[in-house]
Amino acid sequence: MNILVVGCGKVGQTIVQQLSKEKHDISVIDVDAGVVSDMTNAYDVMGVVGNGESYEVLRAADIESADLMIAVTDSDEKNLLSCLLAKQVAGCNTIARVRNPIYGGEIRLIKEALGLSMTVNPEYAAAREIGRLLKVPSAIKVETFCRGRIELLKANVMEGSILDGCALVDVDAKIGIDVLICVVERGDEVVIPKGDFVLQKGDRISAVMATEKVPAFFTSIGESSRPVRNVMLIGGGKIAYYLADSLHKSGMTIKIIEKDPARCTELAEKLPGCIVIEGDAADQEVLLEEGIAEMDAVVTLTGIDEENIFLSLYAKSISKGKIITKITRLSFDNIVDGLDLGSVVYPKKITAESIVRFVRAMQNSYGSNVETLYNLIENKVEALEFVVREMADYVDVPLAELERKDNVLVAAIWRNGENIQPNGRTRIQVGDSVIVVTTQKGIDNLNELFHKKA
Amino acid sequence: MVFNVLGLVLQFQAVFLLLPCVVSGIYREHEGFSFLIVALACAAAGTLLRRIKTQNKQIYAREGLVIVALAWIVLSFTGAVPFVLSREIPSFTNAFFETVSGFTTTGASILIEVDEMSKCCLFWRSFTHWVGGMGVIVFIVAILPMTGGQNMHLIRAESPGPSVGKLVPKARESARILYIIYLALTVLQILLLLAAGMPLFDAVTIAFGSAGTGGFAVRSSGVASYTPLMQMIIALFVILFGINFNFYFYLRGKHKKDAFKISEVRWYLTIIAASVAIITWNIRGLYQHIGDALHHALFQVASIMTTTGFASADFNLWPVLSKSVLILLMFIGACAGSTGGGLKVSRVLILFKSIRKEIEHIIHPRSVRAVMMDGRSVPQEMADGVKTYLATYAVLFAVSCVLVAGFEMTDFETVFTSVAATINNIGPGIGGVGPMANYAWLSLPSKWVLIFDMLAGRLELYPMLILLTPELWRQK
Repeated sequence: MNILVVGCGKVGQTIVQQLSKEKHDISVIDVDAGVVSDMTNAYDVMGVVGNGESYEVLRAADIESADLMIAVTDSDEKNLLSCLLAKQVAGCNTIARVRNPIYGGEIRLIKEALGLSMTVNPEYAAAREIGRLLKVPSAIKVETFCRGRIELLKANVMEGSILDGCALVDVDAKIGIDVLICVVERGDEVVIPKGDFVLQKGDRISAVMATEKVPAFFTSIGESSRPVRNVMLIGGGKIAYYLADSLHKSGMTIKIIEKDPARCTELAEKLPGCIVIEGDAADQEVLLEEGIAEMDAVVTLTGIDEENIFLSLYAKSISKGKIITKITRLSFDNIVDGLDLGSVVYPKKITAESIVRFVRAMQNSYGSNVETLYNLIENKVEALEFVVREMADYVDVPLAELERKDNVLVAAIWRNGENIQPNGRTRIQVGDSVIVVTTQKGIDNLNELFHKKA
Repeated sequence: MVFNVLGLVLQFQAVFLLLPCVVSGIYREHEGFSFLIVALACAAAGTLLRRIKTQNKQIYAREGLVIVALAWIVLSFTGAVPFVLSREIPSFTNAFFETVSGFTTTGASILIEVDEMSKCCLFWRSFTHWVGGMGVIVFIVAILPMTGGQNMHLIRAESPGPSVGKLVPKARESARILYIIYLALTVLQILLLLAAGMPLFDAVTIAFGSAGTGGFAVRSSGVASYTPLMQMIIALFVILFGINFNFYFYLRGKHKKDAFKISEVRWYLTIIAASVAIITWNIRGLYQHIGDALHHALFQVASIMTTTGFASADFNLWPVLSKSVLILLMFIGACAGSTGGGLKVSRVLILFKSIRKEIEHIIHPRSVRAVMMDGRSVPQEMADGVKTYLATYAVLFAVSCVLVAGFEMTDFETVFTSVAATINNIGPGIGGVGPMANYAWLSLPSKWVLIFDMLAGRLELYPMLILLTPELWRQK
């Protein structure tokens, strides 16, 4: 597909990185010539220097033959304007980043009025992800499928855990809950395990289960699932605002620590139920005084990644609560993963994931659609949710009789409001939501994964 | 990684070398065997090199330059061996000179009796022009899927011009479009030459020579023995091959008008027209009809400006004004993004605009003025790059002149134009290396200096110069 990306900031770069891996024809536009030349050197894309709101510049990037335009400059208004222009002259699909909270309530209206295909708000999406993590504090990562009714959780197998030394076939019987462990990370290795795989302490597992079973799952594997009551947010940016707003509504006590007095006043006005502390989080005294040690959860959200990492390491050392670190810019994922930072949230990746999902769904408007897509382990394992819309040769055939590509696991099937734990006899039906975990790349259709045996 | 790409280049060279074998089969010549032997050797060496395992799969700007420079040396080396093996050109230096001259589309020859050469050698000589014109690496990128954005570094190192961009988002697709345009124009020229009554072998080889703006002819008399109509077809096509290929890309697409807005193309055509006018007026006395004068002026201007180097007349005998204009054209060269050499019209344009800006700055010290090209301001970095390029070029030129002058006992004109004709990839100069003479009489050291100049000129200096920097070798 021909894709035009306007704005090569952090989000723009991540999107281009993902999409160029999937072999799309990509052109990028940015006002900064240096950034554009960096992009064209790093990826196989065409660069145009200029303003994405100008028709002349859009034309230079061949907007007429574009299928999709993604506007992710730092200005919401510019993004909307260039999308509007692209829609008018080229009739292509458009995605705009709109992140100012003042548009938050009107986003549907804006989307419809301007004919946008999608809007993305990385800060809001990050806040939602953090919110989900706080509701399941024992999990390192939580992804949801089927509108939140099935969850995919990442958790560590602790020493002495019931799962330590347990073969996968015995897991259900041992803990008495239907779960499916679909990915195991052991050291640098990533496996999609079979039934005879034996878990060890130190493994990091990803498990799929119905949402209502989550607390029981953690109780049975011996992790407390005590709900989070007190949360400290360090840094009062946009994510903190969205997060505090939603957490407060669900009854948690929120404390926000922010350096800038003007921003503090603003937050205090917008979030009357939250405690806003004006102080520098780099000062240990401030943190201790505000009770960081007694918090159920600490979320570091300052604008500087390095500061967030340090604050999280510190919080981990004195608190037993849940720690969540936001990382915006750093690209040293493997180093970050090696640190004991609790859960790490990357706003730019969440946005890129949602755009990649949209692109794959666009590419494939028949058969089964990609509804959700998560990059479970950076560039290694993806979890995808498909809705089976029409008859195909894999429908109504027992899974065991289908010819499957390697490393493909059907993790769950959602049918008529019920989670079906798939086994060899399960048959996929039209109307099902199928959740697949795979190491295959760039899948946009169930057809690519399995076929009826000839 | 460098060796892997070189292995790939060798494998392609093996395929290229099979073509003259086919030609020798058609004409029943036994020289084809030497090509076959070298082709097999290249294929074997290439396969071995590609087996080398490397940890570093990335090609950065530096690797790009090194790979391209080495690839061209390897190509010329392997391309020269068949000449020596078949005893057509017994001296290795001469064979290497001839092949480098072919791949760099210079067209400077050391052959005295072209007519006596075998057809397959003549075909190979012309074919090197065709491959060298658009670039071997570009060809490989167009054909093979290479992953990552890094192959742009390779294309950039091989393609001429101050700024090399893409036509479409994917490097491979861009390279393919370039070659399709290139191939289509070549085929068109072959057909037209055939229609004008040229024999097939001549039509194909001359078309290769014009397409790469090279200039190897297949007869001792050069192109002077062809009819005026054929000469006009050649002149027209070398002008077309000297145009920035973006022009054709725009013509193909939806924005046909944009093609004529490229200021480089406009200036290129203007300079050709002006030079033809001056020279026609200057040489009108030498020919019976003003029409003949116009014909020869146009042919020579087209041939020299695009750095092809075919000659329909001995311009060595022309008045000094005409010769001076031609020498000036040698340095300006063709458009960036074409197959021609020289400084490139766009660089000259940027230089002139920078000069104007500087003068204005002296008159109004506080004035702020941007250098504009095609309605956009030229980034300062690019303008500076062009100035540095000119300076480097001047230094290389001066050093080469002094070296050649030291090795040869000859007049200034010959020394000056032999360097100018090789560094700008033209071929014939003036004086002892004029259109009716050749480079065979030069001493060995001068030939090696000129070989370096041809490669440096074709690859736009830096890839060759980077090979001379000690740091590069120390790091490896």
